[in-house]
Amino acid sequence: MSERLDRLGLVFVALLAVAAILVPILSLATPAGSALNIPPYLVQLFGKYLCYAILAVALDLVWGYCGILSLGHGAFFALGGYAMGMYLMRQIGARGVYANPILPDFMVFLNWKELPVAWWGFNWFPYAMLMVVLVPGLLALAFGWFAFRSRVTGVYLSIITQAMTFALFKEFFRNDFGFGGNNGLTDFKDLLGFSLQSASTKAALFSASAIALILAYWVARKIIGSKYGKALMAVRDAESRMRFLGYRVENYKLFAFVVSAVMAGIAGALYVPQVGIINPSEFAPANSIEAAIWVAVGGRGTLVGAAIGAIAVNFAKTYFTGAFPEYWLYGLGLLFVLTTLFLPKGLLGLALTARDKKPVVETPAIAVEEGADL
Amino acid sequence: MWIVGQMDRGTPVGVRCRAVLSSVLALLACLLFAGAARADALDDTLAKFLDDKFSRTEKAIGELAAEAPPQAAAVLEALGDNRLLFDQADHIVAYKTTAGAIINAKTGETIASAAAFKKVRVNNAIRSAIEGSIGSLTLANPDPQKRIAAAEDVFKTREAKALPALQAQLAKESDPQVAEALRLAQAAIFASNDNTSTKDRLAAIDILKARGDQDAQNLIDQLLQKTTDPAVKSAGESALTSIHTRLAMWGAAQDLWYGLSASSVLLLAAIGLAITFGVMGVINMAHGEMVMLGAYATYVVQLLLPPSLQNWSLAFAIPLAFLVAALVGVAIERLIIRFLYTRPLETLLATWGVSLILQQLVRSLFGANNKLVTNPPFMSGAFHLGGLEITTNRLWIIVLAIVVFVGLQLVLRATPFGLQMRAVTQNRRMAAAMGISTARIDMLAFALGSGVAGIAGVALSQIDNVSPNLGQGYIIDSFMVVVFGGVGNLWGTALGALTLGIANKILEPVIGAIQGQIVLLIVIILFIQKRPRGLFALKGRAVEA
Repeated sequence: MSERLDRLGLVFVALLAVAAILVPILSLATPAGSALNIPPYLVQLFGKYLCYAILAVALDLVWGYCGILSLGHGAFFALGGYAMGMYLMRQIGARGVYANPILPDFMVFLNWKELPVAWWGFNWFPYAMLMVVLVPGLLALAFGWFAFRSRVTGVYLSIITQAMTFALFKEFFRNDFGFGGNNGLTDFKDLLGFSLQSASTKAALFSASAIALILAYWVARKIIGSKYGKALMAVRDAESRMRFLGYRVENYKLFAFVVSAVMAGIAGALYVPQVGIINPSEFAPANSIEAAIWVAVGGRGTLVGAAIGAIAVNFAKTYFTGAFPEYWLYGLGLLFVLTTLFLPKGLLGLALTARDKKPVVETPAIAVEEGADL
Repeated sequence: MWIVGQMDRGTPVGVRCRAVLSSVLALLACLLFAGAARADALDDTLAKFLDDKFSRTEKAIGELAAEAPPQAAAVLEALGDNRLLFDQADHIVAYKTTAGAIINAKTGETIASAAAFKKVRVNNAIRSAIEGSIGSLTLANPDPQKRIAAAEDVFKTREAKALPALQAQLAKESDPQVAEALRLAQAAIFASNDNTSTKDRLAAIDILKARGDQDAQNLIDQLLQKTTDPAVKSAGESALTSIHTRLAMWGAAQDLWYGLSASSVLLLAAIGLAITFGVMGVINMAHGEMVMLGAYATYVVQLLLPPSLQNWSLAFAIPLAFLVAALVGVAIERLIIRFLYTRPLETLLATWGVSLILQQLVRSLFGANNKLVTNPPFMSGAFHLGGLEITTNRLWIIVLAIVVFVGLQLVLRATPFGLQMRAVTQNRRMAAAMGISTARIDMLAFALGSGVAGIAGVALSQIDNVSPNLGQGYIIDSFMVVVFGGVGNLWGTALGALTLGIANKILEPVIGAIQGQIVLLIVIILFIQKRPRGLFALKGRAVEA
C-alpha cells in the first residue's frame, strides 16, 4: 500500500503543480465569460479549500502517523491567520475609516493612543511571516512539552487540546486583548503592495496555496519516510513498548506536533488574505473537530487522502449550506457517524483496499495495547 | 374553643353547645368593653379638633400618635392635606378621602353631605408634628413586621424628628427583633446628627459596628468627619477596621457561595460524563446534548402541564428528563459506540456527529430561539443569610446536586449493578472473565450517565436560557472536571467540580472571567504533570498505558 500511496502522492503533487500554473492562466489570460475562464471568486474559493487541505495534511501527520488526535489545530490555524491579519491590518495605514497612519481602525475606535507591543513590527512582512511560524510553533512546543512529558495520551490529550482552543477562542473575543475583539481583523487592502481585490492577486494566492500544499505534503512525506517517521508510527502503534525499548517517546511526539502546528499556522496565513477576514470564531472548537473529520473522510494516515477529504467535505459544505442550509448539520453529523463506523480508513483507504488482492490488516499491536489501556 | 377540649368526651351534645355559647358570649362582652374604653379616649382626642385651635390640634395629634387607634393614620394624613373636617354643632369630626368621600372619623360611616363641615386649619408647626407622628404611628403599629419596616425606614432616612417616637417605642418594646431594629435606627440618627453627646455617639458606633454592613460603614465614616473627640475618633476607627474585615469575610463567603453554586452545576453536568468515561474509556461528545435534552424536557413539561399542576412541574420534569436522556444515551451506545469500542478517538468524532444531529434536530423541532422555563414558586426569589444573598433556585440546585451525588454513590456501592460497573471500570477483561456481561454494563452505564445529564438539564433550565446549544457551554468545563478529578471514584468528580467551580469564582473578580479560565486550564495542565490520571486515579496494572 505504501508504494501505491507514494505513487498516488506523485500524481497528487503533479496535479497540484498543474493547477498552480494553469488556474492563474485560465483565470487571467482568458476573456471573462468564455468556457475556459475561471472567475476570480472560484479561484478564491478553491484557494480556500487548498488552505484547508494544508491543515488536513498537518493534522494527518500527528493523528494518522502519531496517534495524537489534536483538537487544537484550528487554533494553530487561526493564530497563523491572525499573524497574517495583523500584517494586512498595518498595510491599510491611513486608508482606514479613521485615517490613522499607525493605529488600525478598531484601536482608534477603542480610543487607544499607542500601538500595543504585540503589534510592533507587523508592518514588516518578513517579521509577520516569522510570527506566522513562531507563534503556533512555540505554543505547540510549550503545550506539547507539558502534555507529552506527563504522558497525556488518547482522549485525554484531545480534551486538553480542545480546552486550549476554547480558552483562546474566549480570549480573542475580548476587546481588551488587543486583536480586534468580536469583529476580528478585516477590511484588508493589499498584500506586499498588491491589491487583494484584483484577480491577479487572487490567482497568485491560489498558486501560493497550491505550492504550500505541495511543500507541506513533501515535508510530511519526508518525515514519515525517514527512520524518525518509522519510530513515530511505532509510537502510535505501541507507545509503551517504544518507551521500554529506550526511545524518548515524548520527543518524537513533540517534534511531530510542532511541525504540524507550524504547517497549520502557514495554512491560516494563506487563508486570511483569501477570505478577507479573521475573527475569533476561527478558534471555535467545532472547527478543529471538523478538520479531524476531513482527515477521517479522506483516509487517516495517507496524507493525500487527508487533503482530498478536506477539499471534498468543504466542497460539499459550500454546496449544501447554499442549497439546503437546514440539512447541512444533519449531513455533517451523519458524515461523522458514518465515516467512523463504516469507513475507518476513509475513502482513500477504501479505494486502495478494494483494489488490493489481500486486504490490509492493521497491526495487531494496536488492538492489544488499546485493549490493555482499558 | 379550649373549653370544649377540656370537657369529658361523654358530655351530651346539648351541654357542650351551651358551654360554647357561653364562652363566645363572654368573649364578645370583653371585646365590647375594651372597644368602649378606647372609644371614650378617642372621643376626647377628636373633640380637640373641634376647637380648631393650633395648640389643641397639636395636642390631639400627640394623643392620636400615642393611642394609635386604627383610624389615626387616615386622620393625620387628612389633616396634613387639609382634608380633615369638623362640625362643631353636631360634634362630628370627619375626613375626606382622596377619592372625595366623607368619612366619620369616629365611626367610619360615610356622610352624605359636607355642607355643615369646616376644615381644620394647619400651620407649619402642625405639619411637622404630623410628619413625626405618622412615623411614630407606624413605629407603634401592633404588627412587629410593620414596626421593623418603620424602624428600617428611619434607619435609611435618618430623620431626626423620628427620634422621640423612636425612643418612646424603644422604652416599651418587648419584641427583641424590633428593639434591635429600633436601636439601629436610633444609632443612625445619632451618627448623622450634628449635635449628639459623646456618650450617644459611642453607643451608636457600638451598635453600628455590630451591624457591620456597608450602610454602617458609611454612617461611621460620616460620624468621623463630624467629630473631633479623640474617644469617638478612636472608637470609630476601630469599628471601621472591624467592619472592613467583616465585609471582606462576607464578600469571600459570597464568592464561596457563587463557587458552590457553579460547582453544583458543574458536578451535575460532569458526573454522568465521569461514569461513561470511567466505565467505557470513551468520551461522549454528545453528553452536553443530553443536558440540553433534559432542559427541553423541562420546557415541554411546562408547556403541557395544566396550570393547577405547574407548581409540581419539576416532579414531572426530572423523571421525564432522566428517561429521555437515558433512552437517547442507550440508542447512541447500541447504535454507535459499541462498534467503536477499541477506537476511543473515533468514538469522540462519532459522538460529536451525534451532538450536531441532536442540536439540529432540536432546532428544527423547537426553533432556534431561547426558550424560557419559569421557576416554580418555591424556587424563585432570594433571601439573606447574614451578609450573604442567596438565590433560592441556586440553593435548590445545590441540594439536587447533593441528592444526585448521594444517589449515584448508593447505586455504585449498594447495588449489584453498581458493583459490576465498578468491576468493569477497574478491569474490563477481568470483569468479563468473572462472568459479568460487559456489553450490558456498558449499555446501562451509558443510560445512567446520560440520564443524570438529563437531570442536570432540568437544573440548568432553572438558571439559564434553554437553547439548542445549551450543552456546548458546559461540556468543556465538564471535561476539565473529569480530567482533573480522575475517573476512579465519584469523589474525584465532586472534588474536581468543587475545586474548579470555586477557584473560578474566586479568580473571576481578581483577574476576570476569561483569564480565570485560562489560568485554571494552565493549572490543570501543570497538575496532570504530577497526576496524569487525575486526582483519584485507578491504581493497578490494568490502567498503565
